[in-house]
Amino acid sequence: MSNPSASPRPFPEDRKASSLMRGLKCRECGRIYDLAPVHVCDFCFGPLEVDYDYEAIGKIMSRDSVDKGPKSLWRYKHLLPIAEEPTIGLYAGMTPLVKADRLGKALGLKNLYIKNDTVNHPTLSFKDRVVAVAINRARELGFRTVACASTGNLANSVSAHAASAGMECFVFIPHDLEAGKILGNLIYRPTVVAVRGNYDDVNRLCSEIGGEYPWAFVNINIRPYYAEGSKTMAFETAEQLGWRVPDQVVVPIASGSLLTKIWKGFQEFSRLGLVDSHPDLKVNGAQAQGCSPVYQAFAAGRTQFVPVKPKTIAKSLAIGNPADGYYALDVIGKSHGQVEAASDPEIVEGMVLLAETEGIFAETAGGVTVACLKKLAEKGAIRPDELTVAYITGNGLKTMEALTGYLPEPVGIDPTLASFQKIVNPS
Amino acid sequence: MSVLVRIPTPLRPLANGQKEIQLKGASVREVLESLIRDYPGIRERLMDEKGEVRRFINIYVNEEDIRFLGGTETPVKDGDELSIIPAIAGGSR
Repeated sequence: MSNPSASPRPFPEDRKASSLMRGLKCRECGRIYDLAPVHVCDFCFGPLEVDYDYEAIGKIMSRDSVDKGPKSLWRYKHLLPIAEEPTIGLYAGMTPLVKADRLGKALGLKNLYIKNDTVNHPTLSFKDRVVAVAINRARELGFRTVACASTGNLANSVSAHAASAGMECFVFIPHDLEAGKILGNLIYRPTVVAVRGNYDDVNRLCSEIGGEYPWAFVNINIRPYYAEGSKTMAFETAEQLGWRVPDQVVVPIASGSLLTKIWKGFQEFSRLGLVDSHPDLKVNGAQAQGCSPVYQAFAAGRTQFVPVKPKTIAKSLAIGNPADGYYALDVIGKSHGQVEAASDPEIVEGMVLLAETEGIFAETAGGVTVACLKKLAEKGAIRPDELTVAYITGNGLKTMEALTGYLPEPVGIDPTLASFQKIVNPS
Repeated sequence: MSVLVRIPTPLRPLANGQKEIQLKGASVREVLESLIRDYPGIRERLMDEKGEVRRFINIYVNEEDIRFLGGTETPVKDGDELSIIPAIAGGSR
């Protein structure tokens, strides 16, 4: 481990910044900032967001230009916040959009798709999208060390990308994560810091560490760039549907960032004329009942959430104090979507239902999404004929503990035909 | 009551560069009022037009978010630590 004080401070801003990015802009008060590694408005503490020159982008980006691009999220690079050609994370994105007829039949939905990020590259979750963007941007900004606060998937992805970039890496996780997610960090040889607290404690600690160490915390000081990677979930969905925006999407909520960026992605495509100019999209959120601050605010008709102490098997969604919770509620409200919440048994049922109908093994967060999709269909919030996309964001092999006791044991036999025939008689 | 207030980086220039300040007050609100009295430039940064703590600022007393305690009316005692932290940080989905 190096002495952090020995690392030079990175450049405060990127002098080579692309002309497609005009700067960073505060979402609350509109103040403008340089394209630096900053994420919070100095004045009002609101979040900063990349401000693009859509007119310039519109002149160079078209369905045709996208079609000629690489088979990865970099086919949408004009709407991603990096200044130069990407060099790391070249294979993230372009995951399958699966027509889910068997799951749809079970739920009474005739036009259902699954965006399957359980097979994202390289670490089997949608986090490979945001990290691919963040790592390239961190390198452009002159950083040598990357770090993150994580519920697991993000740490896996940061660790893997840092390894391939040859960068020093620190990941901070709650101490009680699933074994698969801890191992999924250690193998890449970062410094894994297991904090005795929950994710919100880790996050707060990292905010303070970020003020003291000159590191690229992908979801803190690099967050305005990092979060933009999630838009590619929407871009790919639209392109894979034949340049269409769905009628309904169902998105898991932890920090709320993915949900707001999926909305933004469809809006950007619309603005650029790549899809319908007035898409009528409802954005629905999915939370675990054991950590449902956004659901509770929605159910009570409030525009701001009250934080909670998480207690759920869906650890990747266990954020009790969601950074983008306010904006997630805003998007859900203005798109006329809804929020549902699933209990732990319903989460496991959702995982099993997705696996047995579509052959997709999702982590607990996927169980949350499927369980909430089921509730939305049952109460008529999603009609049978509506074009619906459910976002499955992580792989079940990372959260196997959640299934303990829920699945039958293998059938044991002796290595003889007779023994087998005792359990299965030939017809 | 004397409480140690930890100042976030963006506000330090308005507090003579200090990272930590000892301030008096019996509640979070009183401590914040002391802070604003001593360093008036901090007011518009910390409070919105209605005098409420801004939406994207979280306040912690001894590591606990005051929204789990009594909000800005949370009582504080000698030796407590109050942290002012931007709400926007990490996050998964």
